[in-house]
Amino acid sequence: MDFNFKEEQLQLADALKRWVARDYTFEARRTIVGSAGGTSDAAWSTLAELGLTALPLPAAHGGFDGDAVDMFVVMQELGRGLVVEPYFATMLGAEFLRRGGAHGALLDRVAGGELKLACALGERQSRHDLRDVATRAVQEDGGWRLNGEKKVVLHGAQAGVLIVSARSSGAQRDQDGITLFAIPADAPGVVTRDVRMLDGQRAADVLLRDARVGLDAVVGTAGAGWDILEAAADYGAGLLCAEALGAMDALFAATLDYLKTRQQFGVPIGKFQALQHRMADMYVHLEQARSMALLAAVRLAGEARDGNPEERRRAVAAAKYRVGQAARFVGQQAIQLHGGMGVTDELPASHYFKRLSTIELTLGDCDHHLARFIAQPGFYGDEEAA
Amino acid sequence: MDLTYTGDDLAFRDQVRAFLEAELPADLRHKVENRLRLHKDDYVRWHRILARQGWVAPGWPREFGGPGWTPVQRHIFDEECARAGTPPVLPFGVNMVAPVIMAFGSQAQKDHYLPRILSCEDWWCQGYSEPGAGSDLASLKTTAVRDGDHYIVNGQKTWTTLAQHADMIFCLVRTDPGVRKQEGISFLLIDMHAPGVTVRPIVMLDEDHEVNEVFFDNVRVPVSNLVGQENKGWTYAKYLLGHERTGIAAVGRSKRELARLKTLARREQKDGRPLLQDPLFAAKVADLEIELMALEMTVLRVLAEAHKAPGPEASVLKVRGTEIQQRLSELMVEAAGPLALPFDPAYLEGEREHSAIDDDFAAPLLPHYFNYRKTSIYGGSNEIQRNIISQMILGL
Ligand SMILES: Cc1cc2nc3c(=O)[nH]c(=O)nc-3n(C[C@H](O)[C@H](O)[C@H](O)COP(=O)(O)OP(=O)(O)OC[C@H]3O[C@@H](n4cnc5c(N)ncnc54)[C@H](O)[C@@H]3O)c2cc1C
Repeated sequence: MDFNFKEEQLQLADALKRWVARDYTFEARRTIVGSAGGTSDAAWSTLAELGLTALPLPAAHGGFDGDAVDMFVVMQELGRGLVVEPYFATMLGAEFLRRGGAHGALLDRVAGGELKLACALGERQSRHDLRDVATRAVQEDGGWRLNGEKKVVLHGAQAGVLIVSARSSGAQRDQDGITLFAIPADAPGVVTRDVRMLDGQRAADVLLRDARVGLDAVVGTAGAGWDILEAAADYGAGLLCAEALGAMDALFAATLDYLKTRQQFGVPIGKFQALQHRMADMYVHLEQARSMALLAAVRLAGEARDGNPEERRRAVAAAKYRVGQAARFVGQQAIQLHGGMGVTDELPASHYFKRLSTIELTLGDCDHHLARFIAQPGFYGDEEAA
Repeated sequence: MDLTYTGDDLAFRDQVRAFLEAELPADLRHKVENRLRLHKDDYVRWHRILARQGWVAPGWPREFGGPGWTPVQRHIFDEECARAGTPPVLPFGVNMVAPVIMAFGSQAQKDHYLPRILSCEDWWCQGYSEPGAGSDLASLKTTAVRDGDHYIVNGQKTWTTLAQHADMIFCLVRTDPGVRKQEGISFLLIDMHAPGVTVRPIVMLDEDHEVNEVFFDNVRVPVSNLVGQENKGWTYAKYLLGHERTGIAAVGRSKRELARLKTLARREQKDGRPLLQDPLFAAKVADLEIELMALEMTVLRVLAEAHKAPGPEASVLKVRGTEIQQRLSELMVEAAGPLALPFDPAYLEGEREHSAIDDDFAAPLLPHYFNYRKTSIYGGSNEIQRNIISQMILGL
């Protein structure tokens, strides 16, 4: 067993920390969030220069073949820095393309930092169930025509290419019959409506009105998109666990600091046992969440090597559940312990809390992943499985 | 033991229902039901409708213009208002400063302020908290120094709810710095339009403007605005805090929210059936419903004892009531799922009829969840309430 990060991983984390401290301060971030586009081209260039846009991509396409543990390190720092750039959306999109096999040219551009991606997976009725796809894709005249409406597409309006799930056959909630597409955001029939979220990030509705793409837009195999979709969503959930962990770490540290400095009744409030125990419970949550986020990263990396999805599914479902629980506990308590200051827009604390709450609702909430965990083979014991 | 309402109570309930049916303006109901942001006019309009009926101050004695209801009638009224979706009557004038003026104020203060509170001529706000004096309220620093027949007030208040609209503020100020910190405090009524008063907004985490900082720079306040005796303000402050004890549980409002939660959970689907039929989710809703039933019974038990002086039981209601409200807001967000994520302030402000994401139900849920973190902090944080329970009730 080795729980240590590699030297290069630590260096990368350091570089990111320095960048956040210098260029992505809370004030700088506030300006970016308030700007019309909601993201920063300068920040994106820096992320690309640091090699982050290439990190998980295949070497054949200008990438570094980084695995999920490398990405854990990155996402944790982006969470700590409350970075609102469309990095997560882009890397999730890249995972679809990588697994799909074709689209090397797009991957080249992602690795070089020239192209951002977004993933249009959820719909009005689908909640957290990505099998539930009503958007229709019909093959005709040497191409595809898509109709439907994708909801809450993270950074959908900032992306050059959208990864879209659509149904080419089967009933609405079937696993079979889903086809994935890589669609240029400016393709005819594609309309994006940009909306801000309270955590500062952007999400869009994507309307597909007779959107037309060529046969080569398909990611993977037509009608058999589910395996890629599920695996990529797990990869994304793993990244979000790492981001949440970074955010929790920072929020925990800020709260600890507040408890040591805020004076009431002539003492720092951290002297009150009621708050000490709360802080101790937050610490326990944090460490349990860290363990699970790491486990998810290791299993995702393992699957990429040996191709066995079962351990990945179990670990990611467990991690997203456990991290979600911790995010809620740590987030809520941190606000409470900050008193009135905690519910203001002024301190970073409320912004961490909001990001954590948003992550909870992204790519499956606690109930979704708990149910998924229960549904994995072996949960009910050997007799049941036999 | 008998847990049913009497015939009189039921007749009263029907009377309240009929009134609300006839008098609550549809646009106000729409705003409340859809959790749109309320503006000053909204509060004032509803206050005046209730005032015309003589129902704006259910807790006041008849001699000052109260309706003379029993505690159970007051409870029924609260519940019916919540059910109908009325805006709240702001507590600062009616439930906070008024009881103090009635109990300790001069005849002139009673004659001047109480009718204006009933008619909403004055909008009041509460100036207790300061940057260094939150939970430790008695360590407040704002000073009032006697200068002939005026006090000269200097200092800063914070977290002052809706002070941006206020005409008057009731303040705790330090009139004697030389004694134990609870002893040199006085209760002063200050005109918000007086020279030297400045209000600065504080933006909350849901980006709404609800609280403020209030600065006093050599503000001259007539000595006739002192309530009761100089340096006895702490006694009046505690009287005020203990006064409104059942309303803070907000049972009626939570019952309405529970009904809304179920509506939402029937509308949303999970695994091809209504979310409310998902065992994981249903268990959470049931747990909360049972907790709310228990709270309602506890409130009724406290009401039955209403002839006794208000006591630390209020802390039980504050802690549980706010926790239930927060949990409701949490489950509402869970029920909406990712649809709760987009933020649409223009819709919340009523500037457009429908939310940008075509889901008017889901749009306000996440801001509401974030905003409601306040309930366990304000009005004496829940930790302070637990301290009160363990010290005053349990003798620990
Ligand atoms: C939305 C909002 C509206 C408000 N409106 C008004 C208003 O209109 N007028 C007004 O005067 N005030 C108002 N308040 C102020 C409110 O009463 C204070 O915020 C509250 O008393 C807590 O004080 P604080 O914020 O300074 O927190 P602190 O006192 O700094 O507390 C920080 C944390 O320490 C805990 N803590 C402190 N002391 C102890 C202890 N002895 N034991 C255990 N835990 C402890 C607290 O519970 C909290 O979790 C409002 C506050 C909010 C958030």
